Amino acid sequence: MLSRFLSLFIIAGLTVAMAAGADLGAGTKAEEINVPAIIMFFLFVSGTLGITYWASKRTKSAKDFYTAGGGITGTQNGTAIAGDYMSAASFLGITGMVYLKGYDGLIFSIGFLVGWPVILFMISEQLRNLGKYTFADVTAYRLKQKQVRILAASGSIAVVILYLIAQMVGAGKLIEILFGLDYEIAVVLVGALMIAYVAFGGMLATTWVQIIKAVLLLLGTTFMSLMVMNEVGFSFDTLFTKAVEIHSKGIDIMSPGGLVSDPISAISLGIALMFGTAGLPHILMRFFTVSDAKEARKSVFVATGLIGYFYVLTFIMGFGAIVLVLGDPTGQYLAADGVTLKGMNNMAAVWLAQAVGGDYFLGFISAVAFATILAVVSGLTLAGASAISHDLYANAFAKGKVDEKKEMKVSKMATVAIGIAAIFFGIAFEKQNIAFVVALAFTIAASANFPVLFMSIFWKKLTTRGAVIGGYIGLISALVLVILGPVVWTSILGNAEPIVPYKFPAIFSVPLAFIAIWFFSITDKSDDAQRCIDEFDAQDIRCQTGIGADGAVDH
Amino acid sequence: MTKEQVLEIKNNPNYQKLVGTRSKFAWTLTIMILVVYYAFILLIAFSPETLGAKVSPDHMMTVGIPVGIAIIVFAFALTGIYVKRANSEFDGLLIDLKNDLEKGMK
Repeated sequence: MLSRFLSLFIIAGLTVAMAAGADLGAGTKAEEINVPAIIMFFLFVSGTLGITYWASKRTKSAKDFYTAGGGITGTQNGTAIAGDYMSAASFLGITGMVYLKGYDGLIFSIGFLVGWPVILFMISEQLRNLGKYTFADVTAYRLKQKQVRILAASGSIAVVILYLIAQMVGAGKLIEILFGLDYEIAVVLVGALMIAYVAFGGMLATTWVQIIKAVLLLLGTTFMSLMVMNEVGFSFDTLFTKAVEIHSKGIDIMSPGGLVSDPISAISLGIALMFGTAGLPHILMRFFTVSDAKEARKSVFVATGLIGYFYVLTFIMGFGAIVLVLGDPTGQYLAADGVTLKGMNNMAAVWLAQAVGGDYFLGFISAVAFATILAVVSGLTLAGASAISHDLYANAFAKGKVDEKKEMKVSKMATVAIGIAAIFFGIAFEKQNIAFVVALAFTIAASANFPVLFMSIFWKKLTTRGAVIGGYIGLISALVLVILGPVVWTSILGNAEPIVPYKFPAIFSVPLAFIAIWFFSITDKSDDAQRCIDEFDAQDIRCQTGIGADGAVDH
Repeated sequence: MTKEQVLEIKNNPNYQKLVGTRSKFAWTLTIMILVVYYAFILLIAFSPETLGAKVSPDHMMTVGIPVGIAIIVFAFALTGIYVKRANSEFDGLLIDLKNDLEKGMK
């Protein structure tokens, strides 16, 4: 099966290469065909398909498929988590934001980072001790399986689909510009590769693809930052002074600007970024790939360090792009209007690669950007497939009475279905404004997934009714408030005034979810409510000590 | 886990010490990062000019940049502090607890 896929892929690749070559020969779009990028991209894809083949031999049980057998070390897992987090949206998006707005980009980076210590102190070890494959294992630990699993799967699938739309559209556009491929071909290629990684290699392949990409990305961005600093004699003051001279916003790029203009939006953005991270299913599932709580905490330490380092680099690269890309005397990186960048403003990091390292380094960074998208969509697909097969199929509907082989089969079918859906959405949303989807994904994660997860770990009096009603209130309020807000209601639907004036509604939806969970729990006087409360102590002991958890000594 | 086992563990002094010190420590660190981060956010919201001020008249660097980098370093440092203490003290208590329980089994 896999070898058949491999040969198909090679044929597809050759067709693409010949099409590109034909174009090159005709000399029509010569500057758009990036040969070093295509070569490096093929090296990456062959390498990762090799890993997938190796992983497929080691992926036999459901545990292997969902968690790589639980045998990933803390350092490896931390690097993979950092890889999940350093998506194309972070690499290109944050560098692009620093390039456009200066200091405001750093505000986003900090928001994305500060969720990590909270995850370490409150969530990571608890997840490892209580869960098996998905975070719903934890929320449904003592609550009624069916309803809580369906809630958790809804939250997971909503986040996964939104995130996938953002990644697929970004991937299509990026590849169109970098490799000179058609948008549709690019989206289908990404979809096919991610199905292959996940369906054949499971978590083991997904993790190693992520680790390799994280290392390549960190090396590439380190080199770019060093070259930028070298250009300005390793003086930040020179870098900033030059950037202020070149940038149309002048001195304003050195201070907080209009990105977060009113206090409510600022705090709301902070809540969404901080607690959204702790509700992202593709991040949470990584805590099940390590052997115990000790490795889980080490993962977060490594991930926080790498992500923090990466964000400092994006800041340097953004300013570097102002000086070297925007300030390039020939104006070769600018579009015909002489203001925006060729392609899109998110391309600042990519053109900076060419400015500091020439065509070959541009090829390298292009391939790394593509690899980033592939690795992140694979993780997302696995998280979505796990929610369908483990939460919905095996536990909510078959009530845990299902053999592993069948569950794995369902998860592979789900992988293919999600992959096809992602391709479909990627093509359907090509011309749409999708800037809101990542913010919406974070808002849903913070409003629906995080409150239920947090309360199920820490609050004894949580009942099934409280968790389910509160979780859906968080999910629906997040959706409705985003739709009625400025991004969808005015920018996309074209209405004059938004009904809700705030871009990020987390400041309302997150407390609403917590209050609903609290209220519908304490007023729940059913027998099941009492059972949930009675079972808390045993859950808490396992949560605190790991006694009874996978891999720990069972008494 | 039976009710008796739950009670036995809950009454174990090592368990109580582990849970008590660890949750206090975890909450303290959580509050520290929340205070630092939301202070930063409130500063952006209410007084952006504070962060936009130059560190000194002859520098282009503004106060906001070292502050922002310091928050990133602070977040990482907190995770390091937690991991260090968890690996030594908390895991030590956990081993003691497991030894107690094994003795009880005999």
